[in-house]
Amino acid sequence: MKIAVLSGKGGTGKTFISTNLACIADKATYVDCDVEEPNGHLFLKPEITKRIPISVLVPHVDESRCTACRKCVDFCKYNVLALAGDKLMIFYEICHSCGGCTLFCPQKALTEKEREVGVIEEGVSENVAVLTGLLNTGEVSGVPIIKHLMEKMPKHETVVIDCPPGSACVVMESIREADFCILVAEPTSFGVHNLTMIYELVTLFNIPFGVVINKVLPGENPAQKFCAEHKINILTQIPFDEELGRLNSKGHIVVDESKKYRKLFQELLKTVEGEVAK
Amino acid sequence: MKVVVPVESKSLETPVCPSFGRTPLFVLFDTENKKHEFLNNEAAASQGGAGIKAAQTLVDSGAAALITYRCGENAAQVLNAANIKMYKAQDGTAGENISKFIDGKLSLLTETHPGFHNHGGAKG
Repeated sequence: MKIAVLSGKGGTGKTFISTNLACIADKATYVDCDVEEPNGHLFLKPEITKRIPISVLVPHVDESRCTACRKCVDFCKYNVLALAGDKLMIFYEICHSCGGCTLFCPQKALTEKEREVGVIEEGVSENVAVLTGLLNTGEVSGVPIIKHLMEKMPKHETVVIDCPPGSACVVMESIREADFCILVAEPTSFGVHNLTMIYELVTLFNIPFGVVINKVLPGENPAQKFCAEHKINILTQIPFDEELGRLNSKGHIVVDESKKYRKLFQELLKTVEGEVAK
Repeated sequence: MKVVVPVESKSLETPVCPSFGRTPLFVLFDTENKKHEFLNNEAAASQGGAGIKAAQTLVDSGAAALITYRCGENAAQVLNAANIKMYKAQDGTAGENISKFIDGKLSLLTETHPGFHNHGGAKG
């Protein structure tokens, strides 16, 4: 069972929910797909067993063969290549690794070479196997790293995927393999705006889902109202609780420290398992 | 020599376009015969790398100078490789800027920005 945890913006509690859900399971794999700022490891503190460099293929020019015919420049829709006089310039960082330029080069002056964009760390934290994607600073897209993370997920185990915030390419790549999505939202009008974005996304992907409303205070709850209006299943609501803030700020796993929340997460996992079995 | 200015419409009386890579048009002015023509900027609709493609258009036009408010790092690399000098645009029309350029009143653009990659609507 693969559970993806996503939200329309950062700071709603994706990592809080993902790490605690992974820890409450008998055995689980936690996958941090928030490759620009992975922070699940701050709570799980895994012992790193392996570091795997992740590369993408980009064009490399053999200047002695290039005749400045500019077929590659005209072909590339991402404008990776430019020709100044007879000098071919390559802007690797915006290359989408399609390989087209190397196929079109009549002189075989272009070949593909590997360029490292980040690493995947494999580690263990008690009953949780941890996979962390780390994108190198300054890189444009985390998609190649997330693709590799998806390939590394075990097939028949509980997997919790901690997604990047928002609803862009990196999130789509992170939820592609999921059996169920947990949408984390805040109980505010702003929260509803962000929830709407990911609600539309998971609906488009046709993945079963439910909502967790986090940081709930007594009184108005626009996110709850939105869920009622759209007949969306609310899996649980987590209060805006000083105890949680304190435990989180110390980097603790809440289910290890609090009986109340241990029960809440046990029930959440059970609810999700029930939904997936449907 | 030929000098290029990004403009939003086909007139020398329009202001200099604030964007280099995504300007709809360039005006190419020949300082010798005082004639000008307009070039479409095909890069304007690019998903990414607009600055690089716009710079390529300038290289292909045979221009020796560019007057612009700003320029991204990648585009600047292409322009530098082709020895196209960049000058800082001043408030006013494209025509006024060209006159100031001819009179030697524009200074070189020395600062380039890291680009607006994935922050201008395009998504990776």
